[in-house]
Formats: sequence, structure tokens, C-alpha cells
Amino acid sequence: MWFLCVFYHRLLDYRKPEVESLAHLFGAFQDQQNGDVPSQLQWKLPLHHHSDSPFHFVNLPSEQVARSIANRSILVKGMYELWGEGSSYEELKDSVLSYPDERKLPYLEAGSTFKITVDSFGKVMSLDEQKELIQGLSYIPFKGQVKLKNPDHNFWLIEIDNYGGNNGLPPIIQRRIFFGREVGGADRKLIPTYQLKSRTYLGPTAMDAEMAFLMANQALAASGKLVYDPFTGTGSILVGAAHFGAMTMGADIDIRVVRDGRGPNCNVWSNFKQYGLPMPVGLLRADNNRPPWRSGLKEIFDAIICDPPYGVRAGGRKSGGRKLLKGAVEPYVVPDDKRTDHIPSTAPYSLVECVHDLLDLAAKMLVMQGRLVFFYPVLRDDDCAETHFPDHPCFKLISSSEQILSSRYSRVLLTMVKVGAYTEEIALAARLKHLEFRENHVKWLQDGNLHSAVFSPIDSQLPEAGDSKFIKDPKPKYRGKYV
Amino acid sequence: MRLLTHNMLSSNIKGVEKGFPLRIEAEKVVEKPVEMNADFLKKMFEKVEWKAFVEASRSMGYSNLPEEVDPAMLESDEFLSRFHHALLELHLEEGALVCPETGRRFPVNKGIPNMLLHEDEV
Ligand SMILES: C[S@@+](CC[C@H](N)C(=O)[O-])C[C@H]1O[C@@H](n2cnc3c(N)ncnc32)[C@H](O)[C@@H]1O
Repeated sequence: MWFLCVFYHRLLDYRKPEVESLAHLFGAFQDQQNGDVPSQLQWKLPLHHHSDSPFHFVNLPSEQVARSIANRSILVKGMYELWGEGSSYEELKDSVLSYPDERKLPYLEAGSTFKITVDSFGKVMSLDEQKELIQGLSYIPFKGQVKLKNPDHNFWLIEIDNYGGNNGLPPIIQRRIFFGREVGGADRKLIPTYQLKSRTYLGPTAMDAEMAFLMANQALAASGKLVYDPFTGTGSILVGAAHFGAMTMGADIDIRVVRDGRGPNCNVWSNFKQYGLPMPVGLLRADNNRPPWRSGLKEIFDAIICDPPYGVRAGGRKSGGRKLLKGAVEPYVVPDDKRTDHIPSTAPYSLVECVHDLLDLAAKMLVMQGRLVFFYPVLRDDDCAETHFPDHPCFKLISSSEQILSSRYSRVLLTMVKVGAYTEEIALAARLKHLEFRENHVKWLQDGNLHSAVFSPIDSQLPEAGDSKFIKDPKPKYRGKYV
Repeated sequence: MRLLTHNMLSSNIKGVEKGFPLRIEAEKVVEKPVEMNADFLKKMFEKVEWKAFVEASRSMGYSNLPEEVDPAMLESDEFLSRFHHALLELHLEEGALVCPETGRRFPVNKGIPNMLLHEDEV
């Protein structure tokens, strides 16, 4: 069954993967047995639209699935049963009239309530114009009562015009008019409710609420599942997963961040309490380079979601001082009387090593079909070279969604599904790699530096108006953050 | 720290062969009610090292868990609620986790176990 799926015009790369993930969550692929290959939805574009358009058609097994997806999504403005479309109001009329009566009449019955909303993209319509358009729909035999608040049925007349793309929309869309019945839409109230401005305990790299929800959706967070963030910081990513009912667990190397916060009512726990969410089932201080899990433990997390410590903004640390890992000095033996309060020194953690540790942890600790969802930094000038994302024999990459942070840097949200078991061979290879990293620590550090500025504060990297680098920007400006 | 977390942790100090289970030194234990989720409990049941779990719950002052278990018990509401209570409702607020091999103490403050290793332990 095809539905018209209208997106908010934001985070363009994140839109379809979100719908795909939620389709999995709500069982859209239940009848398809494709073995390990994750199934994909069928998509179509309206006439003359290109893939960045807010308008798409998507094929879903039922209205129930479409509603569940739309209501839980962050980026779906509305999912509609399309009754007709055209390039003019005459064409629209013919199209609606030829849509089968048995699909329409049940929603037009006397005794029901309904509302028609006019939505225009690319031009502002006065109330009078809207009224006129609604009156123009008199060829549809509405028998119900108009009710503006909570009607039984919501109808939408959506017009989109070609207007040169100067207010953020892709430029090549041509006039198209849709009429449809709403099946569901995102609850955008979530975002003001959870916005970071209202969060009691914040850190410099707290994940904004919209992105945290998107990550939770990519991770298929749901009741009865256990979701882990090995770089939990203030817990803002887990807050998103907890909102969708998942049990959460987090670790961080920084004891002040994860344990102390800013006092008894301003810490990771309070960030959950604030929204009436269940507390994480576990919070601990640990180094993801030396995970504290017992050796027999595996396949316990349903998802791992995180924003790893890349670069300078929240540079990663790992146990063992810098000189020590280089092998230059004998380990400092902590005197027994100092042990309890001792703050172990930590060494910088390179991008490559950090990603290696994360993939190894996920390969071992995720259930089969479990998801690893994490950010990965890329340099945007790398256009000639295909961006190479990390890979691992246990994982299949199912989506990569770019968010432009500045003219030079992007971060890409990667979603990987665990499709292979963590075998002895893989474990051994990972152990060898771990040792190699220790040997080559300094070399890796230098290689890793390539990406070191990626996660420095976004604002300081925004180009000045008229910055020539920005004008040469190879990617269209309506993408990602610039929407 | 709840016993679910305890059951997952071990002392991974360099050279230690058997760092699990960590012995619990309980200074302050609190109980916090949590809504029960049977599906979650059933999944966790398969992962938990039962002997260590029973021992740990005893050191937190709760001795109502059977020594031996089999999956059929998951059908019993009585068993599920005890398992739930021990796994998720008992919190170690203050205390320590002690490495069974070396005696190294991993402190637990404000409910957070500090599992970071010292320089000479990695
Ligand atoms: C980009 S921040 C993530 C912030 C988090 N999403 C939040 O909401 O606050 C990265 C975090 O990783 C932590 N970290 C750095 N190195 C680590 C390591 N080796 N193991 C575990 N955590 C580490 C830092 O203390 C920091 O809190």
C-alpha cells in the first residue's frame, strides 16, 4: 500500500533511514525472509521531484504500520493516504474523482467529524485563499461535521510550487498539488519538551534532543531492550532511548561527569528524573579501551549508541599515561595509602583505536541483529576520495547520514547491524590489533589528528558571511544543518 | 549499582585470570521500586551467572533466591518477582567491589562503580 510521506525539511540524509528503521521496528518486513540481508522499503518520487524533496511515496504493508512509523518518527511531518494529485486543480479533481469510492466513502460518512487543512510549500496563502481552495473541493461528498479540534478524520490539501529554491528547498520542484487523508505524523512537541535548554545537567558535548531521538530510532530502542552508551557523558543519548521505553546503561571514563555532575540534583540521574523516565539500570566509570566486562559475557545489549570522543572537543582518554604506553617508563606503582583517591593518568585516544574498540565491543556484546549507531567524523574537502567508513566482519552498514557541521567538517551517523557471530578468530584478531595499537600509539595519534578538529564547537567554525571558501562549497547549502 | 551490573563486571587487571565474580562490600544498600518487565527478565535470565548472582544478593542482604534454577521457573510469578527485585531493585549506593584474585577494591560511590584501572594494572 503506497502512502504519501511528507518530511520536515531538515536533516535530509536522516529521513529515509529513520522510516526504514521504524518499518523494521513495527514489523513491516515480517513476511520477508531474506536471511541476513536487511530488507528495504520501496520508495518513489512524485513527478518532477528530486530525492531531496520533502515529498516521497513509500510502500508499507498496512495503514497500521504507516501510522506507527509516522507517530514515532521525528522527521515525518505526515503520512497520508493519497486520494489524488495533479499539476493543477483540474487535474487534482479528476484524480480524486477517479480514486475508488470504497476507499473514500467510509471517511465521509454522516456522524463522523473531519477537518481540512491547507498546507503550502514555497508560498504564503491567506486565509481567504485557503477557504476558497477548500470550497473548491465540493466535488467530494463530505457528509460529516467539521470539527477543528481532534476530528475523526484529517484531510490535507498540500500545494508545492516551483520557487527557485531560495528559501531552503531544493530548486527543481514543480507545482504539484496533493489531497489525502492523514494517517499519522511526528510528535514534534517532544523536541521542545526535551530540548537541551531545559536540561538540568549539561556538558559541552551533550547530544541535542532531536538527534538523540533519531539515534534511538536508528537503534530500534523499545521496551524490554537494553541499550548501552560506552561514552555516556551527561547521558543525553540514553535519555532519547529511555523515552522510547528501553532500559539503558552507560559508562564514561570521566568520573566527575558520570558520578558527580554538579551536585545531588544535577547529574546524569537527574536528567532522567526530570522527564519522569526510568533511571539507567547501570552507570559506571570505565575505559572503553579496557572494558570491565567479564570474559564469558556476550550478546547482552540490543543496541549500542554513542558519540565517541573524537578530537579536541571532548578528546578521548584511555587508561595508562602517554609515556607509559609508548613504553618509555616503567609503570608508576601507586602507593597503597594513595590508592583509593588516586586519579589514574590517561593517554589520548586516537580515532582509529577508538573506533576499533567500539566495533570490537559491539561485535561481542550485541545480540544478533542488534544495532550499533554512532557518529563518525569526515572532512568535507575529501570529495574526490570516496569516504571510507569503518567496517567489521560481524557488521553490515545499513545507513550513513551526513550532517554538515561547517564548510569543512561533517559528522556521519552510521547504523550497523550485527549479522555475524563474534568468533574465536575475530576475537583473536581484535586482541592482536589492541596490542598493535599500544605499540603504534604515537603513530596512530598523528594519523588520527586528521580529524581532530571535527568535534570542536560548531559555532566557532561557522564561516563569516562572504567567506570565499564557503561560496566554493561543493555541496548544496540546503542540506543538513543549513536547512 | 544494581546486581545486573555487578553480574556483568569483572576485574580485568593485567595478569588476573579469574576476576569474576567481584565480592561485594556493602556499606549502604537502598531499595528502589522499578516497574517489572517480564520479557526483559527472561532475556536477562539467560545471561546471568546464577551462582554469582545469588551470592551477590546475599551480600546485599537479600536471601530469597533459589540456589539452583532452570528456565521453567520463569513461568512462576513468584520467582519472576524475586528475580526482578534482586536484579533491578537493590542498589549498592556506597561500598566496593573486590577482585577475587588480588583483593584490589573498586570503589562504589553514589551508586557508580569505578572500574578504571591504575597505570600499573593495564
Ligand atoms: C563526545 S562526548 C559524548 C557526550 C555525551 N553524548 C553526552 O550526552 O554528554 C565523549 C565522552 O566520552 C568520554 N570518554 C573519552 N574517552 C573515553 C574512554 N576511553 N572510555 C570511555 N569514555 C571516554 C568523555 O569523557 C566524554 O564524556
